[in-house]
Amino acid sequence: MDRKAVKRVTVFAGHYGSGKTNIAVNYALEQKEHFDRVAIADLDIVNPYFRSKDATDVLNEKGVRLISSPFANTNVDTPALPAEAYALVHDRECRAVIDVGGDDRGALALGRYAPDIKAEDDYEALLVINMYRPLTANARDCAEIMHEIENSASIPFTGIVNNSNLGSATTAEDVLESIEYANEVSRLTGLPVKYTCVREGLYEALKDRIENLKPIRLYVRQSFDRRRNEDA
Amino acid sequence: MPKVLMKGNEAMAEAAIMAGCRHYFGYPITPQTEVAAYMAKRMPKIDGGVFLQAESEIAAINMVIGVASTGKRVMTSSSSPGISLKSEGLSYLAGCDLPALVVNVQRGGPGLGGIQPSQSDYFQATRGGGHGDYHMIVLAPSSIQEMVSLTVKGFDLADKYRMTSMILADGTMGQMMEPVSLDVGEVKTYEKPWALTGTKCERKPNIVNSLFLKPDELEIFNNERYKKYAEICKTEAMHEEYRMEDAEICIVAFGIAARVAQNAIDEARARGIKVGMIRPITVWPFPKEALAKAADKVKAFIAVELNMGQMIEDVELAIRCRKPVLFCGRSGGMIPTTEDIAVKIAEAAQIGG
Repeated sequence: MDRKAVKRVTVFAGHYGSGKTNIAVNYALEQKEHFDRVAIADLDIVNPYFRSKDATDVLNEKGVRLISSPFANTNVDTPALPAEAYALVHDRECRAVIDVGGDDRGALALGRYAPDIKAEDDYEALLVINMYRPLTANARDCAEIMHEIENSASIPFTGIVNNSNLGSATTAEDVLESIEYANEVSRLTGLPVKYTCVREGLYEALKDRIENLKPIRLYVRQSFDRRRNEDA
Repeated sequence: MPKVLMKGNEAMAEAAIMAGCRHYFGYPITPQTEVAAYMAKRMPKIDGGVFLQAESEIAAINMVIGVASTGKRVMTSSSSPGISLKSEGLSYLAGCDLPALVVNVQRGGPGLGGIQPSQSDYFQATRGGGHGDYHMIVLAPSSIQEMVSLTVKGFDLADKYRMTSMILADGTMGQMMEPVSLDVGEVKTYEKPWALTGTKCERKPNIVNSLFLKPDELEIFNNERYKKYAEICKTEAMHEEYRMEDAEICIVAFGIAARVAQNAIDEARARGIKVGMIRPITVWPFPKEALAKAADKVKAFIAVELNMGQMIEDVELAIRCRKPVLFCGRSGGMIPTTEDIAVKIAEAAQIGG
């Protein structure tokens, strides 16, 4: 990793269910290998289950600071954000990874921090896309959702992360088939495809066939279903 | 047809559209809000599609009654507290003999309870939901694929019998994602000579109503309805068996509880304990016959539920209390673990055959 090329703030946003949370957690852990201080913020005010707070143990163990609603994963169904989330924009010595809630409604929470992020101008805002989600299966719909999110979050995107997957059933072929789709979203939006994500088990088979491929470990998962988790 | 990755809530919404539903009325509540969110995106893009966020659950169910009386396929969805609000309307749907699909993505209760998954509305769903003598057909999916197929089936049964079908899911089923095929096959349609479609002065007006001024007339309608229910109990009960061939212990679990139970069964089998499962797919009608047959073979049953013990009563009734029925449950939004179930399996294994 070229430390200088890495922006201080990295935002992951997209259609809900596109896989933002696992990508953000993986990215934060990767950053921690290169920088002293890394924080990840769970700004998801929409999704009640399967959140970055589920990865608390591994984040604590690796020394990544987790900023999350004190109510996440509880029964308090309140879209609350913690005051310490301001550290993301005010503490410029700390790398910040921001996991934004799904769609334009989820992205609304980011708007609160957007003016500071834009003023500092050291950020990357990545649109996470998944061709196998029906409402973003077509590149045009995906571009439409991108504009809705941008309008709501008040931050322009700077790149795309292709995370096309079918959960634990994803095959190497499924990922290969998504490359053309990611390129089409790129053409429509004018944003570069920064990288493609695959679960760890598929990385070896694909690393020579896809440019900028990143293996993803699933930290946030549906833990009641043990066998599925082992597959993943 | 290629597979797509969907949340349970979205899968039910898309399946409803594929089943010909063009009218959805709802009100947001966690953990089912994605049903409404999905419909809000999809319906305006479909010819004749209507998505309407009502001002309350009560308004939404009354809109359902309105559309159902015209014979169109119509749907609403909510989660536990919202279903309680709809329960008056559920009773009216039954009293008017109207077909509709209602989804309950259950959360912990009673009261406002919490937003985490639960199966504690089992009594409410299987005993009708509102006031009066009536039933709904209640379908309990345990995978996202089954949420698709049972949504289509729910519309079909609703039209076939002129009654409400309910999908009884829980927060986990609504929120989790799995790859699904949206190939739902051919969708059957039904003649609806009773529907309010305008007489054009060519026929006598149809009347959709649940008020009866004479008690003997009301009784006739109730008797007719219960003849229909008896027919449904005979022909529409669905279940799935898992490793029951040589089972000495039978777990009974539906929905998400059945997924956890399946893991526990595999682990117990690896330790040499002969456990199997009967998974009700319809919880009303309850698959009584399958359980009664199993009671001839097994020495004990275990009901696994996300509640304080509700379906267990149907299990005991179905087997006429011929064998002990143990209970393994968690409530308030908690899910039984395979370890919780393993403890009960060990207990059941101690029972003399």
